[in-house]
Amino acid sequence: MPAPRIPHPREKRIVFANIDREGYTPDIACYLRNGGYEDLKKAVKMAPAEIVAEVKTSSLRGRGGAGFPCGVKWGFIRPGETKPIYLICNADESEPGTFKDRYIIHQDPHQLMEGMIISAFALNVHLAYLYIRGEFPQGAQILEQAIAEAKEKGFLGKNILGTGFDLEIYVHRGAGAYICGEETGLIESLEGKRAYPRIKPPYFPAVLGLYQCPTIVNNVETLCHVKHIVRMGGAEYAKIGKPNNTGTRIVGVSGDVVKPGYFEIEVGSMTLGELINDLCGGLKPGRTLKAIIPGGSSAKVFRAGEKFKIKSKAADGSMVETEIGVLDIPLDFDTMAACGSMAGSGGVIVMDDTRDMVEALNNLNHFYAHESCGQCTPCREGSLWMQKITDRLLAGGGVESDPGLLESVSNNIAGKTICAFGEACSWPTMSFVAKFPEEFAARAKKQVPPPTPPEFLSETLIGAGH
Amino acid sequence: MQIPTELLAKIDEAISHYPVSKRSASLPLLHLFQEQFGYISDESIAWIADKLGLEQINILELVTFYPMFRREPAGKVHIRVCRTLSCALAGADDLKTKLSEATGIHCSKHHEGFSHPPEVSPDGQFSIESVECLASCGSGPVMMINDDFYEAVAPETIQEILSKYK
Repeated sequence: MPAPRIPHPREKRIVFANIDREGYTPDIACYLRNGGYEDLKKAVKMAPAEIVAEVKTSSLRGRGGAGFPCGVKWGFIRPGETKPIYLICNADESEPGTFKDRYIIHQDPHQLMEGMIISAFALNVHLAYLYIRGEFPQGAQILEQAIAEAKEKGFLGKNILGTGFDLEIYVHRGAGAYICGEETGLIESLEGKRAYPRIKPPYFPAVLGLYQCPTIVNNVETLCHVKHIVRMGGAEYAKIGKPNNTGTRIVGVSGDVVKPGYFEIEVGSMTLGELINDLCGGLKPGRTLKAIIPGGSSAKVFRAGEKFKIKSKAADGSMVETEIGVLDIPLDFDTMAACGSMAGSGGVIVMDDTRDMVEALNNLNHFYAHESCGQCTPCREGSLWMQKITDRLLAGGGVESDPGLLESVSNNIAGKTICAFGEACSWPTMSFVAKFPEEFAARAKKQVPPPTPPEFLSETLIGAGH
Repeated sequence: MQIPTELLAKIDEAISHYPVSKRSASLPLLHLFQEQFGYISDESIAWIADKLGLEQINILELVTFYPMFRREPAGKVHIRVCRTLSCALAGADDLKTKLSEATGIHCSKHHEGFSHPPEVSPDGQFSIESVECLASCGSGPVMMINDDFYEAVAPETIQEILSKYK
């Protein structure tokens, strides 16, 4: 096991305050010694609508990848709803490059419990599920233990803290399918079916979710933030970060840096370059930067040296346009989107000049081809085609038209599928091919199409019928 | 099909977590069966379907959809190596090759990515499977041996790690 990390001075740890703290253990005794469940005690004295209002005021945006405002999502629950309302915690962390929920679950499970119980109280939920990916068997055990401990202490179960509010939380394990991170796929999976994402509209499970009832699905990190919003108050929380990009978020850096790892930072408080050079110790000696994937593998790649024109408000209120480089992009939701990519799930993958971009894309294409749920034809077929084309490029069989073909296939997936996996699987191909054309062209030199494999020659096919 | 009493108790407990729909217990029951028997047999599918009041296809379609479920036994010690980008950049390919050598498993190049059925060593002790991102990208390459998690695995430590499972 690598040694515990000491937080970097530029970090602002709220959700990760207890991660890697010496002597901190995942049991409830330790949590209570550190002021645990005090925020729940505060919350149950508030009106549920008040908590929802605080979350709205905080401008908290979902930390799962889409960055949708949490308070707005919660607001979709109709007042006076008569059907049961469900809360689901999405702990299906599987976006390549993302590693944050793992540490909350393993090291500070009660923080998540408290966040979930407060959220359930605010939303009038009496049955909640914690959907954890199948590959976290130890995490599932830790959470089950945490649930049992919270129940024993009266923070869960019947008549929580004497308020008359009842809540049960159950852990539900996935079984290795990335698509379960998509909220409607997750719900299908929780209903015991294949995780096929549902057709939209309705756009939000808050309208029709689990068992056709209103359902809120929130990421682990998002639910943890709710606890801190209740403690600080929404207005105070909103002072952290930037307007519309409030709070802290956990970014994980992997790939070719000296010290990869996770950091909790104030949103927008530093640039991509500061993250890589100051917090991660820069690139390995003698290497230069080639590419950065800024928000999980589905985010569009940045090429070192790229320039972006960003509009911002000047002191006098007028809009000014400034030109910034890749390393100058602040780590927030909006600027990242303005630069054509996304802050996504906070997973930053750094690649240096020794890396082959065709190989990198091929690795991701294998991932997406494997993980496509198979429901929509463009994605099921397209993701596999993109994988096969990059396989062919790497195997030395690339033809001149291959980069164009990759572009065409990817353009025919995004926007043509039921869920956002279509975008997720095509954005890497679109951006890699557009931004590193010379690397793809160098492997796509053959002028003739590849020969038909013998089993598909017409003689063989006709012959096989006899 | 003989179901041990202890497993029956776990099954009933799992079903009780889903008061609205028993069908939701499909995945938990499949996990319990795979833990108990090592894989999901036709008999298991029939038993689960019967228990939950479903058709067998409702269970079979889950087994074929969710990558963690197997239709045939793996080794006694099942190794999952992450193959996705961050781990690949950190040397996952090399790790898998060294694991194959150390366990005597022939990982065919053709199945470079996924191995269904999992590739099992001649003595039945070990099996290796390439899996997608295990969400520990900052400490690659990572792997799981049964339920144990290993990060930043240096190839020279493989023998020592595997000796714990012999």
